Amino acid sequence: MTRSELILKISQKNPHLFNRDIEEVVNAIFVEISQALSRGDRIELRGFGAFSIKHRRSRIGRNPRTGESVQVEEKKIPFFKTGKRLRQLLNATSGGNDNEIFPEIKS
Amino acid sequence: MPRTITRAELSESIHKNVGLSRNDSSDLLEMVLNEISTSLTNGESVKIASFGSFSVRQKKERLGRNPKTGEEVPITPRKVLTFRPSQMLRAKVRGDDSKKHPVNTVDLDNTQDTTS
Repeated sequence: MTRSELILKISQKNPHLFNRDIEEVVNAIFVEISQALSRGDRIELRGFGAFSIKHRRSRIGRNPRTGESVQVEEKKIPFFKTGKRLRQLLNATSGGNDNEIFPEIKS
Repeated sequence: MPRTITRAELSESIHKNVGLSRNDSSDLLEMVLNEISTSLTNGESVKIASFGSFSVRQKKERLGRNPKTGEEVPITPRKVLTFRPSQMLRAKVRGDDSKKHPVNTVDLDNTQDTTS
């Protein structure tokens, strides 16, 4: 599913709203999340998941083509952790109650 | 100190930026999350240009260890969701300092500077 398919699906379910507005809403959601991440903020959407920033420390990397060592600077990368409910939904069809790796331990 | 943004704040900014009622804004946010979840649950990946893509991966059974007791336990086969941020989102989070990363310059050349 792409952004435009997502907009289409939501428009179909909301005949009382303008397509234009729905398009703006969908865009606003991803823009807001992107901006929050670039400020270093975390976005938590219970049941769905959370977006956050992970820090990667600088390291000595290698140019895979030449084998030469290069200094890789520390960097920040966007990260998404799947929410509990979505994780359970993804595994619901495969049967069984095996969504938790260690059910007895609360994460 | 990083703040945490929740549904309430996200729907408030939709309300302010798009001009829909608070009710419609929060309903639509919920619908967007639901549509994405449904698509992924059906095994279909979700690609949002200039943001990133969500896809489902099937994991095979493997042997794990209970970190508390040290006991070996089989980890059942399962589906996991992965999010791959777009080059544009990566650059944004990094602060657009593309010159710092010689290894990645090829990818970064395709990155546009527009916010859509």
